[in-house]
Amino acid sequence: MPSNPDLPDRAIHVDVLRSQLKRVRGLGSAHSGSGTWWAERLTSIALVPLTLWFIVSVISLEGATRADVFAWLHAPVPLVLILCMVVATFWHMEQGLRVVIDDYVRSDVLRIAMLLLSRGVCIVAALLCVVSALRLGL
Amino acid sequence: MKDIRDTLMLARRSDGTLVARPLSPHLQNYRWPVSMALSIAHRATGIGLSVGALLVTWWLAAAAVSDSAFAMVQGFLGSGFGVFLLMGWAAALLLHLFLGIRHLAWDAGWGFGTLAQQEPVRPGHENRIYRITGWGVIGVTVIATLIVWIIGFVVW
Repeated sequence: MPSNPDLPDRAIHVDVLRSQLKRVRGLGSAHSGSGTWWAERLTSIALVPLTLWFIVSVISLEGATRADVFAWLHAPVPLVLILCMVVATFWHMEQGLRVVIDDYVRSDVLRIAMLLLSRGVCIVAALLCVVSALRLGL
Repeated sequence: MKDIRDTLMLARRSDGTLVARPLSPHLQNYRWPVSMALSIAHRATGIGLSVGALLVTWWLAAAAVSDSAFAMVQGFLGSGFGVFLLMGWAAALLLHLFLGIRHLAWDAGWGFGTLAQQEPVRPGHENRIYRITGWGVIGVTVIATLIVWIIGFVVW
């Protein structure tokens, strides 16, 4: 602990409070917090209209045959909208699950494993949706 | 130490010395104000909707793969359990959507104040805007969900 004989005890105490543990563990700001925060808002805002559109689409596709799905995605606008929705949804899902896992899973090993799993599932599912939609629509 | 539960309150200062810190009470000690219930519901529906997103993935991938795969998904979604899942999915999606819009309003700085009301204000009966918007979200969700369910069954 650095102690300066010229300073009163209070200053030493402040020094201890500041960052001993942080220095030992190498923790501190990741310097990416505001970018993450903005990305969360970006996907949220995008998903407001996309979700409403998707609910309407699901209702219109009740009992659809495979040919109906082909016809639906063959137009450019639904295809682009579903691609946007898939990317925004799985990005948003990854952001949300990350917060929940960070909050509730205390063990480092389990937390990192679950974060990797959730990110992996989101990426694979998003790619599966994109490739499927393109295959149906193109 | 008077109570064994105090051991849960032990923590370390950054210089390593032990210190007893109070913990906030656990969920069952609160009386479930609407904002707390909605906060929990936002997370719960978010986790539920993650499963729903995988269901959408299954549906879309099956449509791209083969007739038999697609028939299987449509058969599952048309079954009693499938319809139950779809109705729950619509309700969870709408609640999460409206709660999300409320969050975006908070991010923009709106929705924290208190509506003017006559004095004296009884404790716990302040007209806090977050409480009013919370009940508003519940009302809008119920109405929108019923509309989606009714249209869904009429179209079907």
